[in-house]
Formats: sequence, structure tokens, C-alpha cells
Amino acid sequence: MNRAEPLLEINGLASGYGPIGILRAITLSVRAGEIVALLGSNGAGKSTLIRTLCGLLTPSAGSICWLGRDIAGASSQSIVAAGLVQVPEGRRIFPNLSVQDNLLLGSYRRGRAARQANLAAVIERFPRLGERARQAAGTLSGGEQQMLAIARALMAEPRLLILDEPSLGLSPKMVDTLFELISQLHRQGLAILLVEQHVAQSLALASRAYVLENGAMAFSGTPAQLLASDQLRRAYLGV
Amino acid sequence: MSAALWPALLNGLTMGAIYALIALGLTLIYGVLHIINFAHGSLLMLAMYGVLLLFERTGTDPYLALIVMVPAMFVLGYGLQRFIIGPARHGRDENTILATLGISIVIENLAAWYFKSDTHQIATAYGDTMVDLAGALIALPRLLALAGAMVSCALLALFIRHSDTGRAIRAVAREPEGARAVGIDVAHVFAVSFGIGLACLGAAACFLLPAFYVSPMVGHSFVLLAFTVVVLGGMGSFTGSLVGGLLIGIVESLGGLLLGESLGQIGVFIVFVGVLLFRPTGLFGHHA
Ligand SMILES: Nc1ncnc2c1ncn2[C@@H]1O[C@H](COP(=O)(O)OP(=O)(O)O)[C@@H](O)[C@H]1O
Ligand SMILES: [Mg+2]
Repeated sequence: MNRAEPLLEINGLASGYGPIGILRAITLSVRAGEIVALLGSNGAGKSTLIRTLCGLLTPSAGSICWLGRDIAGASSQSIVAAGLVQVPEGRRIFPNLSVQDNLLLGSYRRGRAARQANLAAVIERFPRLGERARQAAGTLSGGEQQMLAIARALMAEPRLLILDEPSLGLSPKMVDTLFELISQLHRQGLAILLVEQHVAQSLALASRAYVLENGAMAFSGTPAQLLASDQLRRAYLGV
Repeated sequence: MSAALWPALLNGLTMGAIYALIALGLTLIYGVLHIINFAHGSLLMLAMYGVLLLFERTGTDPYLALIVMVPAMFVLGYGLQRFIIGPARHGRDENTILATLGISIVIENLAAWYFKSDTHQIATAYGDTMVDLAGALIALPRLLALAGAMVSCALLALFIRHSDTGRAIRAVAREPEGARAVGIDVAHVFAVSFGIGLACLGAAACFLLPAFYVSPMVGHSFVLLAFTVVVLGGMGSFTGSLVGGLLIGIVESLGGLLLGESLGQIGVFIVFVGVLLFRPTGLFGHHA
């Protein structure tokens, strides 16, 4: 077992939209350098959990410890600045801005020098985005837009990258490219919380997995334990 | 007739540039916050009284007052959005309409009470100076208003296109969720946008005062036309506001020349209705 200290530790978290409660008693942790898969059927509350982690929703109970500090209720901008960065569901790139402006906004909280250095590094990783730097982001293909969304998040210098259904709407070939990228980021030491419908491919990369059902944690353990449980496999994973 | 054409055109351009500047503020607020600022007219009136008071109490020249009024209106706008209009929204557009209407009612009543319904004008040394521009005589303050409004519009366009803040404003306007995801403080950007919208009014007030009267009702005539400009140019479109403003100014002035002063605005509404019939999204608007 990897005994690295936890980056993120969530305990007894409850959250929702105003008076509507969605999540109950959520416990989850991510350690430095690991990939954790967060699974669950549509509407289980995965995106709600991510929105709460990132400060877009205020939890009604529980704690979110990030690097040993409770960030429950902190602003989304201070959470991003602290290195907890998400690639939101549906990408949410800025279609009216150029590819380069999209990337620069990822480093909005950093100084000019850091921004230029991040830009150079990201373009080296995604040469395609460099070629299209001056093009409006809305003119990119679906796969390129997803790469841009991830690249924009990398510009924010994350210590934990949260990916919310990044393969949604991508061609099978692009999905392979995406998982290759995720595994490459992992090898370079980045911790990743991965929400995915491609369960088998996600579990192949993850060191641990959680299954969310109707706003509560139905399982947490290793991918092997998850795959060994027939009931869980059939009910939540469809594999 | 043709001898009167060039002066009328010049006059129309002057008014048009002012309309464009006022409309730019409206369209920026609409484009970013997706709200219509119904207090725009009263806030213009407030800014004009600000320039008037600075002149009467401290002798500050209206053009020098730019360095006070533009930041002051920005701060006022920032505060109004951050502490009143934004918090009052509670996720419902009706609340914003009520909040901006409420603000305008408060300002207008305070102005009517403090300034009575008198009209004021300031007398400057250069107020009556006429300039000969290729055969047309134009009052110097009007020429300065034309130049000042055009320069303000250009500076604002450059700022929005090339500064970090401008980039964040454009991002928030289109994709606030994505902006939050990268750590942009969206509430702050909203307030900055509202502040810039009012700063346009501060600048417009400084350019207007040497040539125009102030009264508690003065905002209405300008803002009615500015609303027309925003819709004509396309809601939220910068280019639309600029072109629409100049177009409306010229049509109004030429309409006045051809139909008589009191009917000048009929031309404006004919053009307005015509454009909306054939281009419902306005001249430069995008489809919804
Ligand atoms: N903005 C919202 N307001 C109210 N309820 C919402 C909102 N967004 C999602 N929900 C509800 O929260 C529940 C969880 O949704 P979500 O977190 O998006 O699920 P998942 O990401 O696992 O598919 C669903 O029942 C959904 O209807
Ligand atoms: Mg989701």
C-alpha cells in the first residue's frame, strides 16, 4: 500500500442545491500521486460532490481537508489557487476566446512569468493547441476541446486534478488518447480524481475506487475488491 | 439644403458618439450579467449633477472632472452590483429588474428633492467658442464631446480585448461555470463589469456638461435612445453599440433637418423597426 500522506480527506460531508440535499455522509480521500476512480450511475451525485470540493457549493455538514487545512465553505478561487483544480463536466471552455486566451485564463491567479512558463510547458505537451493558438476555441473538434479543457486546468498548477467525465462525446480513438494522457500525467506524479463512464479503463489505472449511489457512498476499496463483488459489478458498473 | 447637410451630419455624429458611449455601458452590463440596467438613465443624471457640483463648488473644469467622475462612477457601480443588485438576485431575473428600478426611483427622487426640477447649465470660457470644420460651424464642446466619446469607446474596446481583466470579463460573459473552474472570482468580475458600465456614464457626463442642460429628468432622453442603440446594434455587441450609436445620431439629426426638429426622432424609430423586422437580433447580434 502507498502510505503517502493524504492530499484530500473528506469526512461526513453533506451537500446539495440550496434546500435540496443531495449528498449524505460522504467519506473519501486521495493521497499524493494516486489515481482514484469515482463511479456511479447518472444522477448519483458525482458532479455535485466535485462542485462541493471546488467551492461552487457550500457543504451543509462535514469537513473537506486539503493539505491538512479545512476548506469547506472556502471560495472557489482560493481553492483553485491552493492546487485543487477540476476539469468540469461538459468542458466549459470559452468558445469565444482564442485557444491561447483560454489557456492564459487557466493561470489567471499566477503571475506573468509563471503564466508564460506554464503556457510553454502546456503547448509542449499539446502541440496541437500550439498550432491553433490564435483560433477561437469554439472552432476546435470535440477531442481538441477536451484537451484544451485539461490543458487549461494544468495551467493552474494543480496538485490534484479532478476530471468529470472527460470522455463524454469523444470518439473511441480519442478516448484511448485521453486515457493515455491520464496515465502519463499520473506517471509524472499528479494525483487524479477520475469520474468516468468507461469503468474498465478507469479501474485499470486507479489504485482505489469509490461508488456513489443516490448521494451516499455504496463502496470504497481497491479495483480488485470492486470487481470481485458480483452485486456491485451488476448494480453500478454494468460490467 | 445641401449646405445644411454637413453641419447636420456633424451634429448627428456628435450625439451619436455620446449615445454609443452610454450604450456601450448598457451593452457591457447586459453582455456579462445578462441583466438590463434600468437605472442607467438616473445614474447618467447623477453623474451629470456630480460634474455640475464639482464645477459650482470647486470650480473644477468638466474635462478635468473626468479624473474624478470616471473612477467615482466605477466605484459606485462596483458597490451597487456587489452589495445590492447581486445579493438581491437570489437566482431570479425579476429581482434584478426590481433592484435596478428601485435604485433609479431612489436617485430620481433624491435629485428632484435636492435640485428641484430646475435645469442647470454651466458657463465655461470656451462654451460659446465655435470651430469651423470644413465649412460647418460647430461649438467647441460638441467637437470635444465627439472626440472624447470616440476615444473612450476605443479605449474600452482595447481594454476588453487585450487586458487580463478584459479577457476574464469575456470569459465570464460566455461561460461563468468554466470561469469559476479556473479560479476566476465571478462575483468580482460581475461587479467590475457593472462598474465599467457606469464609468462610461461618468465619462459621458463630463463630455455632455459643457454643452447640455442638466435636470432631474435629463437621463431619460439619452437612455431611451441608448436602449434603442443596444437593441439595434445587437444586445451585448460592442461593434453594434458603436455603429448603432453613430447611425442613430445621424438619423436623428438628418430626420430633424428634413422633417423638422420635433419629428427628428421619428426617423430613428423607422430605422429601428425596419432593422428589427429584417434582422431581429440587431445589426451585429448573434442568434440566441
Ligand atoms: N443545479 C441543480 N439544482 C438542483 N438539483 C440538481 C442540480 N444539478 C444536479 N441536481 C440533482 O442532483 C443529483 C445529482 O446530480 P449530479 O451530481 O449531476 O449527478 P452525476 O454527476 O453523478 O450524474 C441529481 O438528482 C440531479 O437532478
Ligand atoms: Mg455528472
